Amino acid sequence: MKHPPRLLLKLFWTFFKIGAFTFGGGYAMLPLIESECVEKYEWITGEELARVTVIAESTPGPVAINCATFVGNKKAGFAGALASTFGVVLPSFVIILMLSLFLGRVLEIPLVAKAFKGIRVAVAILILRAGLRMLLRMEKKPLPLILFGAALAAMLAISIFSLPVSTIALLGAAAAVSLSLSLAKAWRERKDGDGQ
Amino acid sequence: MIYLELFWGFLKVGLFSFGGAYGAIPLIREVVLSYGWLDDSAISYMIAVSESTPGPIMVNLATYIGSSQGGFLGAVIATLASIAPAFVIILLLMAALKHVLNNRHVQATLHGLEACVTGIIVAVGGWMLWENLAPSSRADFRAVGIAAILIAVSAAWKPVFHKKLSPILLIAISAVLGIAFYL
Repeated sequence: MKHPPRLLLKLFWTFFKIGAFTFGGGYAMLPLIESECVEKYEWITGEELARVTVIAESTPGPVAINCATFVGNKKAGFAGALASTFGVVLPSFVIILMLSLFLGRVLEIPLVAKAFKGIRVAVAILILRAGLRMLLRMEKKPLPLILFGAALAAMLAISIFSLPVSTIALLGAAAAVSLSLSLAKAWRERKDGDGQ
Repeated sequence: MIYLELFWGFLKVGLFSFGGAYGAIPLIREVVLSYGWLDDSAISYMIAVSESTPGPIMVNLATYIGSSQGGFLGAVIATLASIAPAFVIILLLMAALKHVLNNRHVQATLHGLEACVTGIIVAVGGWMLWENLAPSSRADFRAVGIAAILIAVSAAWKPVFHKKLSPILLIAISAVLGIAFYL
């Protein structure tokens, strides 16, 4: 199936606008996607947007990329996915690229260096706040709480003692534990089913 | 070879960054520190810049680090590497693996990953706060004061203004506090 270049251009431009006005990343862009892709152009339904959001939450990578790829691929196949993904990334790419040219020199200004000491505290608080918010949303069952506690303790130990352990190893261990417990549970259920 | 390192480093980040915008930060920090591309304070600064400019934090960090280490080509390579996994995964899910996410074992694994990521983020946030409040184990009372004010302001913000204090505003306030306290 051939897709008209106009549709590709429209996808690119729409996601370019979405990318240019999403501050703070991720979920800040969902209302914009809804008004552009669901209400204005009717490229996807509200239901589909909700589904992509769930997929985005459970797959790696920024929500913005997941949504752009989904909408583009649905409307215009692989070329559409490329057009909308490039569109959503391009604004921040250009802005950051320009910033990177003179950011180093700006940081050497004494007043900026002082402001930056405050900013570092704020960033740490933002990260901590994001983590605590995820903790509140988490299911309060034994397994997730144990995995949370183990990851917290391991990560603190890694930071304090500068251990050469990667967070990828922690993620792998958590995935292995939860997958094998789930498989064991399914196996037990099947055995119980046979016994009856 | 810096381009290969950038590509591989950010491919890992893109592939293992579960848990939203902040989920990627511990891994980015680890990759960036291990290659010696930036130090901890430059990372904090870049997170603040990424929060205050449009676009996903992870992509912004990739662009910045790529540019600072390998110029324009470095920025292109790091950015593409960071978004490629999300792009490919969505295409795969739409094409062939529609039901894979509904599988109970996949769900169980994802929930386990989420709990683990949450623990990692809390630990990294807490550790970074500690390093700022007590650099080399000596308390910096000005930083403690800034932290106390920031926490009080963000706690009081919602009841007073009926909406959440945005990260950009929190960063702006912290910059003013930094100048005021360290002047």
